[in-house]
Amino acid sequence: MKQTEFLNTVLPLKDKVYRLAKRLLVSRDEAEDATQELYFKLWKNKKKLKEYKNVEAFAMTMTKNYCLDQLKAKRSNNLTLVHSNYKDGNISLQKEMELKDSVSKVHELIAELPEKQKVIIQLRDVENYEFEEIGKILDLQPTAVRVALSRARKTIREQLTKQHNYGIS
Amino acid sequence: MELANIENLLEKYENGETSLIEEATLKNYFSNEDVASHLEDYKAMFTYFNSNKEERFTKTIPLKRKQPNFWWLSIAASVVLMVSIYVSSNTGTETITLEERKEAAQALKHTQEAFQLISQNLNKGGNVAIAGLGEFEKAQQKVFKTE
Repeated sequence: MKQTEFLNTVLPLKDKVYRLAKRLLVSRDEAEDATQELYFKLWKNKKKLKEYKNVEAFAMTMTKNYCLDQLKAKRSNNLTLVHSNYKDGNISLQKEMELKDSVSKVHELIAELPEKQKVIIQLRDVENYEFEEIGKILDLQPTAVRVALSRARKTIREQLTKQHNYGIS
Repeated sequence: MELANIENLLEKYENGETSLIEEATLKNYFSNEDVASHLEDYKAMFTYFNSNKEERFTKTIPLKRKQPNFWWLSIAASVVLMVSIYVSSNTGTETITLEERKEAAQALKHTQEAFQLISQNLNKGGNVAIAGLGEFEKAQQKVFKTE
């Protein structure tokens, strides 16, 4: 695989790789480092890359495995989540504030899910992969993916409703 | 999109039974401003998913890892080596002149003479010492009376 071919097939995946890495590793710096490391690995294995029918699935599998390894390595001193993507633009609107709070709450709720569910939520609800593709990436049956996804979605929604009813946003 | 239809889709969504197209419909519905108040929680979810997809990787991707380059160091080392060889070989031939050669030969001659003198005297001393040993033997025989 030549450099241009490599760049054309694998480089467009960089945002997806990065987002999945960030979903699992939480911190932005770590996700960036992981993405660079993964591309370096992919480039080193470019000869093997040709043999895979689905390069995208292969790259995503590699991302998942790499990040889980990273997590295992530093399980003890995990970084705490600081989320600041949702800066308030219009403070006067109480309702908008509430929505923003609950949007960042979604982020926290996903972070509390088991790793498998995190990855599945990311791949389906953010990246819009088909169940078959997710199954290939995670080496799972499509029905197993469906079950885990349903569980994750229900958990998030139920937690949101709970918070909403308590009036804690 | 009717509200009943959306609610129906949401139930399917939670069971993991919606297709990607149906999920796109939901995302589209919840990206609108006015959403039925009892569906606010879903709005938070879909808004989050949409915004997360906007996140981009902004750093560069280096395909070749930066490694410290040592090739220039080897060039520098070889230059140093060549210069030192050149300098040392030059000093070797230039400094020994004919006069110095004569001087060296003279010095060698003097040293050899000196050594000769020393060795002669040493020989003398040695002979005396060996003769003395005979005396010692005699004295020993007198004391111990062996035979």
